[in-house]
Amino acid sequence: MAHLSPTPVLEPGQDRTLILNMGPQHPSTHGVLRVLLEIDGETIVRIMPDIGFLHTGIEKTCEAKFYQQVVPLTDRIDYLCPMTNNLCYVLAVEKLLGLEIPPKAQWMRVLMNELTRINSHLVWLGTHALDIGAMSVFLYCFREREEILKLFEMISGQRMMTSYFRIGGLALEPPLGFFERVSKFAERFPEKVDEYENLLTGNPIFMMRTKGVARLTKEDAIALGASGPTLRGSGVDLDLRRDMPYSGYENFKFKVPVAEEGDVFARYLCRVRELRESNEIVKQALAGMPEGRIKADAPGIVLPDREKMKTQMESLIYHFKIITEGFAVPAGEVYQAVESPRGEMGYYIVSDGTAKPYRVHMRAACLANLQTLPKMCEGGLIADVVAAIGSIDIVLGEIDR
Amino acid sequence: MPVSPAITDLEQLKTHPAVARLLAWNREAVLEAKFDREEMTIVIDRAKIRKACTLLRDRPECDFNFLSDITCVDWYPAEPRFEVIYHLLSIPRKERVRLKVRLDSGNPTVDSLTPMWPGANYFEREVFDLFGIRFSGHPYMVRILMPEDWEGHPLRKDYPVEGYR
Repeated sequence: MAHLSPTPVLEPGQDRTLILNMGPQHPSTHGVLRVLLEIDGETIVRIMPDIGFLHTGIEKTCEAKFYQQVVPLTDRIDYLCPMTNNLCYVLAVEKLLGLEIPPKAQWMRVLMNELTRINSHLVWLGTHALDIGAMSVFLYCFREREEILKLFEMISGQRMMTSYFRIGGLALEPPLGFFERVSKFAERFPEKVDEYENLLTGNPIFMMRTKGVARLTKEDAIALGASGPTLRGSGVDLDLRRDMPYSGYENFKFKVPVAEEGDVFARYLCRVRELRESNEIVKQALAGMPEGRIKADAPGIVLPDREKMKTQMESLIYHFKIITEGFAVPAGEVYQAVESPRGEMGYYIVSDGTAKPYRVHMRAACLANLQTLPKMCEGGLIADVVAAIGSIDIVLGEIDR
Repeated sequence: MPVSPAITDLEQLKTHPAVARLLAWNREAVLEAKFDREEMTIVIDRAKIRKACTLLRDRPECDFNFLSDITCVDWYPAEPRFEVIYHLLSIPRKERVRLKVRLDSGNPTVDSLTPMWPGANYFEREVFDLFGIRFSGHPYMVRILMPEDWEGHPLRKDYPVEGYR
């Protein structure tokens, strides 16, 4: 973080250029991102993102917590897709433990994960369009997002920091009427996507602001470690849900949208099509939802049911032990990656055989995606920086952790 | 599914394309290999990491063209104290491999991957910031997350969770 420097880190390279500071408090930076620009008239000569304003040391905090206490911390990393973070963390710990998860819990995880993706993409679509100047899309997107947040509240009691997934399964059974409400949402949602597309996809002003702007080639995208729609918008067909399936994604049929152009519009198209595909996965998950338990059969790891605790001594003892001293995880290391709305989110967990993780590292998709910003913007215009930042879909909470 | 024991015998792991490639290049460079929980880990000699990555990236039989992540683990007070960890992904073959380099606390320096993989830039800066590992050949080795005038490297194990008071 360079914001304490007495002089700007970027020195003007030539007499005719000027250093311009954008952010950290700027409406289009989606949080607190500072961008240093060296400009020659309207043209950008160099651009340097400056991050770290939201650093909270979550990785350090994790090392002082029991495994199950880390779950609520993971929500706070990428606050637009809490369930994806929960999922990635619990999958990694389950891999360390060698735990088998019942099918219903897996399908519920997929269902909630795709709702989260829709939620996250709606926030992106609304704010991205707002940055470029299309005000009304924002209002439409947040209308549908509200419904998803209500679904989250219904199932977990929280609108944003859900912490719904647990090591070994889910926190609670979905409440009565939940599936009906999701199915009603999934039924209506494609029309709503049509509405957004009517406002944007063919809109000449939107196309002028996005087509051919902030191009990223295939080679640069791979070399810079970009992932998710930022990578697929440049023509690389990689989606971890399909290519390296986890949590039962191999049972679902969906298309992976790819666009070749590598500009802002291509990334926009990828995400908008993903909205429809995610909705299809939600429908499939609803139609094929298996019956059964939502927690694995692992008494020392999964908290016992409330009812059993009142009648069975063992359950009470396990509950007490898990809460007070956690559970030991066999020594080893795993890297679990999932496809978050922004790209490859990975959790690298090292266990030394105790009840607390020795090291938890989060691979933030946005951190790598942000590195593509200079390639996208240099040589372009100042006004296009806003479009480029929006098209990467950054979440500073995830970048800074 | 119970966790099966890790395979650490190099002879058994020779068939893995990444191990085979590295062994064929330089047997001395591969210090250890481990196959645990469906994940391949190869420990590389610290001086050879850049060359090893170049080989794994450019050879068609390996094709690990995507650098997922770089991070570090501090094994304080053991020596060698630090393990720098690289996660590579092969987009065409949909496969991952983990490379490790061990560094002692006296001189925690390793070659930077940024010249060959520009995506390593922020990851290496983060490891430098939080662990104090130097990456030689990195174009801009300054703190990225912590303030510039911060003292110490917070993710080291001898750094208290509450910070210094």
